[in-house]
Amino acid sequence: MKAMSQVTGQAISLPDADIDTDIIYPARFLLITEKKGLGRYAFADRRDGPDFPIREDEDRPILVAGPNFGCGSSREQAPWAIGDLGIRVIIAESFGDIFANNCFRNGMLPIRLAPAEVEAVRASAENGATITVDLVSRTITGAGTAIPFTVPDSQRETLLNGWNDTTRILALHAEDVTAFEAVQQCAAPWLWTTRK
Amino acid sequence: MPWTLYEKLWDAHVVAEAGDKALLYIDRHLLHEVSTPQSFQALREDGLQVRRPDTQLAVADHSVPTHDRGGAIADPQAAAQIALLERNCAHFGIEYLALAGEDQGIVHVIGPEQGFTLPGITLVCGDSHTSTHGAFGALAFGVGASECGTVMATQTLWQAKARTLRVTFTGKLQPGVSAKDMALAFVGIVGASGATGYAVEYAGEAVEALSMEGRMTVCNMTIEAGARTGLVAPDAKTFAYVHGRSRAPRGLAWEQAVAAWRALPSDADAKFDREIVIDASEIAPQVTFGTSPDQVMPIGGSLPGGDKLAKAMRYMDVHAGDLIEGLGIDHAFIGSCTNGRIEDLRSAAAVIRGGHVAPGVRALVVPGSMRVKAQAEAEGLDTLFTQAGFEWREPGCSLCVAMNDDRLPPGARCASTSNRNFEGRQGVGARTHLMSPAMVAAAAIAGRIVDVREVLV
Repeated sequence: MKAMSQVTGQAISLPDADIDTDIIYPARFLLITEKKGLGRYAFADRRDGPDFPIREDEDRPILVAGPNFGCGSSREQAPWAIGDLGIRVIIAESFGDIFANNCFRNGMLPIRLAPAEVEAVRASAENGATITVDLVSRTITGAGTAIPFTVPDSQRETLLNGWNDTTRILALHAEDVTAFEAVQQCAAPWLWTTRK
Repeated sequence: MPWTLYEKLWDAHVVAEAGDKALLYIDRHLLHEVSTPQSFQALREDGLQVRRPDTQLAVADHSVPTHDRGGAIADPQAAAQIALLERNCAHFGIEYLALAGEDQGIVHVIGPEQGFTLPGITLVCGDSHTSTHGAFGALAFGVGASECGTVMATQTLWQAKARTLRVTFTGKLQPGVSAKDMALAFVGIVGASGATGYAVEYAGEAVEALSMEGRMTVCNMTIEAGARTGLVAPDAKTFAYVHGRSRAPRGLAWEQAVAAWRALPSDADAKFDREIVIDASEIAPQVTFGTSPDQVMPIGGSLPGGDKLAKAMRYMDVHAGDLIEGLGIDHAFIGSCTNGRIEDLRSAAAVIRGGHVAPGVRALVVPGSMRVKAQAEAEGLDTLFTQAGFEWREPGCSLCVAMNDDRLPPGARCASTSNRNFEGRQGVGARTHLMSPAMVAAAAIAGRIVDVREVLV
């Protein structure tokens, strides 16, 4: 996974509430079994609208979204597609839980802020100001303001280091897993005969 | 210390802890064709194997066609995606339930059906409606594709513990009102993100009275309120449902399992972070009017207004002050992981009563699994449906996710038993009104949204 410490650039404002993962990545494109190059399908059914703010040819790495962004389906194609557009930070009042988790796992940072703070960043975005999101100091700066944000320690560390969750668990916790399994085989033996 | 069901499930699966997270052991993983191609690819790139293939079960459901199942799949992309799942499973030693076999169906229908889903386990799937399995008192939640890969390779996932929310449904449901109405009423009350960060436990007289199918419907919709996990405490009804299923424990193992499962329910004095009480007897049949599942109202009501709803109502072509009752439909869909079970088909069939689908309405019945289909056919429900003008299809996700060729044209208005009324969910520009199977059947016959309680009188 791509490591992240600081992201600087212009931001996109997409203020609509409840942008679900079906809007971000419509289901008909889920037949594609690849992970890369999905940006061209992002927001496919909204993109042609005159007011739609996201364009593929622009380098704006921060998205200021509306409440409950990424709700709905667990499809990881949604963050993959957004990431493929060059977006690395998404700021919103709230996120779909699985979506936010998927972001962290793909080198993207979802930041939850209070509504007034989201609006302050949105104002900077709409003014075309350059915004810096610093994961080390946990601050968003731009247009004369500095807004602190919180991010779970474990997720922050993973992003800063660009860790791969799977290989890391295998490297650090293989013995813990084996020990757990030994205990469970005695305590709940019925879980260990699984095939009919 | 008194514990909730969620806390007991959590505690029994902690492998390691670090800071704000726990490494949870995952007992079971359900796989389907959409969320796993990239997971398997990641395993290959990292040179990894599947740790316990015996705990994984795969089936194709999202992109499978629901008609002409004998021959080759017409859509080359869908055919390739399904073939890839089969190939990946063969390569990594995971059991795959063939499309043509008697066990195929929607992941969330076949898991419980086969006794793969059990009380007390942790279960994940790359699908948000994995919350369904919480109906058995299992800690079940949807994950993304890369998490599917982590579970395959390590049998674990790092997770943050949720807060607990108990939703108590007091009283009894009125005739004609079902689990789907309870689920929609809950989502309406709490909001589409209102339960984010919580594990929801459903309790109370009306939940205890529900069949396992009904409990699955309620837990299924939990994700629509923002929570990844819905739970119902296992009881005698749960054990009776699981007993004798093909993958369920038997003999002495069964006795041991039930003894352990009896200790799972929340302790009487357990503390929840939040409590909501809903009077089930007050719930009328529910219908969504907007593009989020929380934009829902009782059938007798008139549509609300306000700026926040304006966009959704424009998309839906409905207007503040209008009645939802009487709104004409041109499609009806009975199926999905929410309402594709035998009890759902029975409740829809019971509404037909010799009637016929209204002129201009296309109505589909899509059983949730091959076993549901076989059971329905044994009961003669297929004949009832087809004689009334419904199409009787093969199992799959179908018009819930519209990834196969079951897709609605722009502007189509559909009465649907599925779980999401999102923009474009059933096809670009299509309009979805979520409701119960009985309500959809009644709407199909009337050609408009009606109160099923009046049909049943």
